[in-house]
Amino acid sequence: MDLQTITYLVVGASFALYIGIAIWARAGSTSEFYAAGGSVHPITNGMATAADWMSAASFISMAGLIANMGYGGGLFLMGWTGGYVLLAMLLAPYLRKFGKFTVPQFIGDRFYSQTASTVAVVCLLVASITYIIGQMTGVGVAFSRFLGVSSEMGIYIGMGIVFAYAVFGGMKGITYTQVAQYIVLILAYTVPAVFISLQLTGNPIPQLGLGASISGTDISLLTKLDQVVTDLGFNQYTTSVPGSTLNMFVYTMSLMIGTAGLPHVIMRFFTVAKVSDARSSAGWALIFIALLYTTAPAVAAMAKMNLHATVNTAVGLETAADGSLKVNPEVIKANADVYAPEASLVYEQRPEWMKRWEKTGLLKFEDKNGDGRIQYYNDKTKNEAAKAKAEAAGWKGNELTVNADIIVLANPEIALLPNWVIALVAAGGLAAALSTAAGLLMAISAAVSHDLVKGVFMPNISEQGELRAGKISMAVAIVIAGYLGLNPPGFAAGTVALAFGIAASSLFPAIMMGIFSKKMNKEGAIAGMLAGLAFTLIYVFAHKGIFFIKGTEFVDMIGGPNSFFGITPEAIGAIGALVNFLVAFIVDKMTKEPPEHIQAMVENVRIPRGAKAVDGAH
Amino acid sequence: MDDQGKAYWSATLGLLGKILAIWFVCSFLAGILFAPALNGISLGGYPLGFWFAHQGSIYIFIALIFYYAKAMGDLDRKFDVHEE
Repeated sequence: MDLQTITYLVVGASFALYIGIAIWARAGSTSEFYAAGGSVHPITNGMATAADWMSAASFISMAGLIANMGYGGGLFLMGWTGGYVLLAMLLAPYLRKFGKFTVPQFIGDRFYSQTASTVAVVCLLVASITYIIGQMTGVGVAFSRFLGVSSEMGIYIGMGIVFAYAVFGGMKGITYTQVAQYIVLILAYTVPAVFISLQLTGNPIPQLGLGASISGTDISLLTKLDQVVTDLGFNQYTTSVPGSTLNMFVYTMSLMIGTAGLPHVIMRFFTVAKVSDARSSAGWALIFIALLYTTAPAVAAMAKMNLHATVNTAVGLETAADGSLKVNPEVIKANADVYAPEASLVYEQRPEWMKRWEKTGLLKFEDKNGDGRIQYYNDKTKNEAAKAKAEAAGWKGNELTVNADIIVLANPEIALLPNWVIALVAAGGLAAALSTAAGLLMAISAAVSHDLVKGVFMPNISEQGELRAGKISMAVAIVIAGYLGLNPPGFAAGTVALAFGIAASSLFPAIMMGIFSKKMNKEGAIAGMLAGLAFTLIYVFAHKGIFFIKGTEFVDMIGGPNSFFGITPEAIGAIGALVNFLVAFIVDKMTKEPPEHIQAMVENVRIPRGAKAVDGAH
Repeated sequence: MDDQGKAYWSATLGLLGKILAIWFVCSFLAGILFAPALNGISLGGYPLGFWFAHQGSIYIFIALIFYYAKAMGDLDRKFDVHEE
């Protein structure tokens, strides 16, 4: 069977499975719709949370980013996992004890203020909608590359599928579909990694393979990779940090706090039966997430090795008789010269996968020195030795550009793995994007129907009426997300940073103070949220334009790019959170303390006893 | 808040402080600030600082959450505030 047919079969089967689950798990009440009836087992919830959390960015982009950044890419690995420690200890169990459906409802009740709740709804909507656009774009990319349909068609199909199971199934349908999606995406991620780890190191476990020696030699994989990339003028893989160490520190902190403050993740912990389940469920979620996150650095380093080896035979891998990539220990040990004229791959003899990806424009070759061979190196290097060697060899500049997003999607093709593995990766990428989109839609729908429609405009709405409002707002959100995915305002990459920045600087501090500071009053909380949000938005918009519209950047007005101690706009959320805490405490000290019954409520939230089923009563 | 409640909350905060200290040491110190120094030590084929940033801190995070869940369960029972 050819690749196209297998891909259709695998992706089609996975979609049939998701829809089947949705039909089986239809939601009948608001409690089932928002919180799956509060009856999900902690391990099941952990798996669903993992699928919810791992988006197209984790699945498709992260390993490519790490491959480019090297050691510094660890900020994504630590940042996107370390947030679960904060979530498990500082937020999840207390919010579960509080026992309501949504994050804005907690903020509104705890700070006895409709205004506080409305500010939280706005933060939630901006964070969730910006995040969802990236998922829809990811769905479009995966469809257009693997199924040969247009990107637009891909987004329509994606919208239809999400609509089917999110609108009818609610949180219950989403939860069980996400369990299935987790299984698809984790297999799709780890199976190719196991194959590649075996090829390169003989160790089937990628996490161990990354720290092992290359097959048939006693040279460690990372040492060899460091040597190859430094020879070619790139930064040493295991030590390179883009930007400053301070920026890596703050960036990691922002991702951690942002992770803990993202409403669609927090909401998952309302679906478990008990406070103690909320604690352990975060641990299970992290185990399932870690399966992918500890594999990703292996995928990154090994794919980078394979890519260099494909275009430069002096690295020491060769194509075996059966068409797979295999190690040649003699060449590896000999440290052959990567600048030798015959080492560079002849363009006409390039493998099939390069031809396929050239069509998408994500891989480009330009023969600058006209020798018909591909020279892939860093032509802007500060390494004088590498520069001199490249000039002596007659190289006239780097000739191959590789988009970072290819690393995961083309990884099985680069390693010349069988077609069914490639098809599985397509299904995995779609599962990652769809599961996150569904979780975000759930958070948006709950905020609109529960916190705005019921909480503000129509307090007397019936349960059936609220359920209908929830489904309608979800359908509207799908259409808006689809529209923005089809007409990307050119800010897909920047928006994800904004979503984390907003969650970190507005929602996380407000919730945390609501639990840990009994005397925090509404004036302090509202002022803090607005200050944190304003600081973050101004810093991001100064660099990237107001609402990411090109030409409206005002970076000179804040003192030039990265003016705040060299911190990049992607990393600013943690500083925004600090501003939030400071402003909240100052305003709190100047205004009167919260009423007695609110302080009693905080004391009650702090102890697990008396936890009841989650409900929506205001 | 009664004395029992105060004691429970300060025990909780003590536990959180200890766990957050380890959380900070393994990621921000071992994985970032002191990574260059730790890279002089090897763990198999891994330089140690690189290992903390790309592998180690994630494993430690998991252990921390399960330890927290267990220790909190013990505290709940000790102060008689556990769920029925």
